[in-house]
Amino acid sequence: MGGAEGGSADRRSGGLVHRSADPANRRTAEPALRVVGTAQRKVDAVAKVTGQTLFADDLFLPRMLYGKLLRSTQPHARILCIDTSKAAALEGVKAIVTGQDLPIPFGILPVSQDEHALCPERVRYIGDPVAAVAAVSEETATQAVELIEVEYEPLTSITSVQQAVATPEPRIHDYGPHGNLHKLINLEFGDVERALAESDYVREDLLFYEGSTHLPMEQHAAVADWSADGKLTLWSATQTPHYVHRALTKVLELPASRIRVIACPNGGGFGGKSDVFNHEIAVAKLAMETGRPVKITLTRDEVFYCHRGRHPTLMWVRTGVTKDGAIKGMHFRSLLDGGGYGSYGVASAYYTGALQTVTYNVERYKFQGARVFTNKAPCGPKRGHGTPQPRYALEIHLDKIAEDLGKDPAELRLKHLVSPDSITANYLRVGSVGLETCIRKVTEGAGWKEKYGKLPYGRGVGLACSSYISGAGLPIYWNAMPQSGVQLKLDRGGGVTVFCGSTEIGQGSDSILAYIVSEVLGVGVEDVHVVTGDTHLTPVDLGSYSSRVTLMTGNAALQAAERAREILARNVAAKLEVPMARLAFADGRVFDTEGPHNGMSFAAAVQLSEAAEGTVGTVGSYTPPDSPGRYRGAGVGPSPAYSYTAAIAEVAVDAASGIVVVPKIWIAHDVGQCINPVAVMGQVEGSVYMGLGEALMEEMAYRPNRNVIQKMPSMLEYKSPTTLEMCDVVTYLIEDPDPNGPFGAKEVGQGPLLPVAPAIANAVYDAVGVRIDEVPITPEKVLKALKKKEKGEEPRYGPHSFPEIPWPEPIRVPPPWEGGDGRAVPAGGAAGGEGGAETGHPAISPAPTAPSVPSPSSPERQH
Amino acid sequence: MASRRRKPAGKAQISLVVNGEPTEVAFSPHKTLLEVLREDLGLTGTKHGCELGECGTCTVLLDGQPVLSCLALALACDGKRVETVEGMARGAVLHPLQETFADLGAAQCGYCTPGFLLVAKALLEENPSPTRDQIKQALAGNLCRCTGYLKIYEAVELAAARMQGEEAEAKEETLYGRR
Ligand code: FES
Ligand code: FES
Repeated sequence: MGGAEGGSADRRSGGLVHRSADPANRRTAEPALRVVGTAQRKVDAVAKVTGQTLFADDLFLPRMLYGKLLRSTQPHARILCIDTSKAAALEGVKAIVTGQDLPIPFGILPVSQDEHALCPERVRYIGDPVAAVAAVSEETATQAVELIEVEYEPLTSITSVQQAVATPEPRIHDYGPHGNLHKLINLEFGDVERALAESDYVREDLLFYEGSTHLPMEQHAAVADWSADGKLTLWSATQTPHYVHRALTKVLELPASRIRVIACPNGGGFGGKSDVFNHEIAVAKLAMETGRPVKITLTRDEVFYCHRGRHPTLMWVRTGVTKDGAIKGMHFRSLLDGGGYGSYGVASAYYTGALQTVTYNVERYKFQGARVFTNKAPCGPKRGHGTPQPRYALEIHLDKIAEDLGKDPAELRLKHLVSPDSITANYLRVGSVGLETCIRKVTEGAGWKEKYGKLPYGRGVGLACSSYISGAGLPIYWNAMPQSGVQLKLDRGGGVTVFCGSTEIGQGSDSILAYIVSEVLGVGVEDVHVVTGDTHLTPVDLGSYSSRVTLMTGNAALQAAERAREILARNVAAKLEVPMARLAFADGRVFDTEGPHNGMSFAAAVQLSEAAEGTVGTVGSYTPPDSPGRYRGAGVGPSPAYSYTAAIAEVAVDAASGIVVVPKIWIAHDVGQCINPVAVMGQVEGSVYMGLGEALMEEMAYRPNRNVIQKMPSMLEYKSPTTLEMCDVVTYLIEDPDPNGPFGAKEVGQGPLLPVAPAIANAVYDAVGVRIDEVPITPEKVLKALKKKEKGEEPRYGPHSFPEIPWPEPIRVPPPWEGGDGRAVPAGGAAGGEGGAETGHPAISPAPTAPSVPSPSSPERQH
Repeated sequence: MASRRRKPAGKAQISLVVNGEPTEVAFSPHKTLLEVLREDLGLTGTKHGCELGECGTCTVLLDGQPVLSCLALALACDGKRVETVEGMARGAVLHPLQETFADLGAAQCGYCTPGFLLVAKALLEENPSPTRDQIKQALAGNLCRCTGYLKIYEAVELAAARMQGEEAEAKEETLYGRR
């Protein structure tokens, strides 16, 4: 089936989606909707409350062996030799594999194929796997791993971004612009220097956002089974079975058609299970070696070592505004600590600069971003992927600007919102924008006017806003196929089975499919059965990341269901002798709207159609619309729709101890249209929780010596909010439907995290008059800032400098209102802009800067 | 401990009452209750997040009291009553807490859910109408990364009201947000 090209708007059933003139916090869904918009149980809820859901570690196969990885004790070293003889001699050990057995590199992005399942010659962080064992029990495997002897030759380790910038040798990887710089970005949309010069007021700030980890409650686990006929099955706690499928194919050199990857329900993901992990490949290799099923379950400290969490990010921002706060120009710089591998890092780096223009109007914008390698656990995508950091920076920066201009921060924001149906300076096409309603809701709800600047010393309120993508416009690897596919099977008994490659990670993606199919076909949600995340059974969906699932699988399911309805309607209409358009599908029946008794059961309609046309099944798919940006780097940021959020935090700061307590947060999120409101509530509250953790306590910290060992690889030491720290949350669900969303729906899984930390930081300032320009906002930092305030110094805690970075020549793209067409203008003299590291089709090999012709018509394809 | 005896393969054997059923189980003597439940009794509803006593995920009820099964040696549980999530429903009828957890989305990924359900059950048995603060205190040893705990509190409160005989329903604000 086609459906690969844009045109999603025409897929919606007539009359279901329309932009409300007054999108204010709609209480109920369109009257025509029966399922969508109504709070209900998720389809997997009963299995989850009865303990029946099988997570990866719950699988026990006959003759199953247990695998274990040996992980590096060195942050940066050459492997001189690995002696496995003692381990091999241990009774019960069935196989040992090392890097020599898995020599082919892999990586989640085509441009960063820099990982090996087991390091062949070099380790790059403490915890980098070097060998794997399969044995009859977990204890034996653990014992065997300890018997493996590895001789390392330590190399200088790079422990900080500053050191990475200043230390080109030794290189952690042999690709990237040079030294330990992994990626440099320089994009300019309009003459920002001139815009700043022409502004009434210019302000400059430096901020730092510490790294944090996902901490899913479920430790990663994978089970592999190899059958003698050359077929491999892998069950895994993964958010991205399709990418795991591709990586296994590559590294194991097996035909993709003989590998089956099954994504088990994830016990929490948050981005932490969206890379391809070493153990997923190693466990498959062990199964192939032994001919027996093998399971590897990571211990909690291993989960910390795998990481792929939030990039610690240093940021510098300079903004010029008019007297009333309109942003004339913004120059933003970010420097990301990538850790030991590429992961999603190139995309993460772009994301730190991509969405600045989607929240408030920015007339001219310049973004310079750098990601460096260090010998720490690799960073990657965590909820909000690359955007909570700049949101923290910008919302604090704006708060300061509002104060400098003597404006109310809420009023200032309200005046300069991005307009619906517009294109931003960096060529992102924005659809519905519910942010104004969001701001009004939270300011009214929180009593902003009565509280801001008026609470007694030690108490304060702060506001912040944000926007987020509902799915990345482009897939991770370049291809022209849909991002999401759905198949429907209609049963003679009236049941409908939905097959989709999406992955249930707790966000409710399985349920979304059932609700939408139920809505369109008029059968009960309980009559719809969902099969997901299985590369043998389900059409590809790219995975549970980038908040793409509701919008993309929802549209694919909608298309498949509408096609099924068409088949049934055709046959029923002929039988009842009424026009197709007069038929309704509801309550498990298909009937004439002008005479509801004239109809038949849904099951009878399927039987009728099957008798007339053969087995009834349909497919649906979704491909995001093309983005107007045509410059290199334009691949990160476009989305079919953007969600919007506003949050107000109230804080109590104890000036004696520096302890910040957050009693309450008001948050309004524009989700376009709730498919299941109570599930949306859950995503908002969960995001607030995670944002609160990042704001106040979560910290992926390392001991600052050469060993770069993690300070806190345990749940006890890595502080995350318990019931005692979690705040009250008042949630407003705002529904400003977007024409690209199924029934108008936009994302909710990640966006609401973004404004939480800056709202808290702004509230701390309102409470005690100190700026904490760095998360987490710990008591130590608050106290230090209060001390400085007492001494009459700048009342602030935060970074003081941004290292000198050898930025490449900027790619210059005039904004739409300056005659731009989305393409870069040729750089003055130097033909080739940035130096052409990637072409439109990103290099599959990690080759350093292949000389290339700049290809403005093929934007860099990365999610 | 009368029933404990060495098995030929170096295994130990104990008697437990698991979810109301008298059960004999043999296992390697170093195993924790968590491991015996999951690996030897096939009760995988009990989960683990750290196996170090830090997260509460593995909570089961031992003689009615919440314990971290990853820290309890199975050998030390001989003769005791163990209740796991699999034992909460009465036949096909869900426990009121299971109903409310399902209805309010108090289980998102569901991985922490068995632990929360059992701690909440023990709480309600001791204190049938706890305040919000008492609920928070009781659940403070259990981590949940998905929900932000709020729907869990509300589910416990709703179940408590129903178990007290009230015909309570979820608040509109819980399901749809504030107007
Ligand atoms: S698994 Fe027992 S407390 Fe974490
Ligand atoms: S529901 Fe996922 S950890 Fe609690």
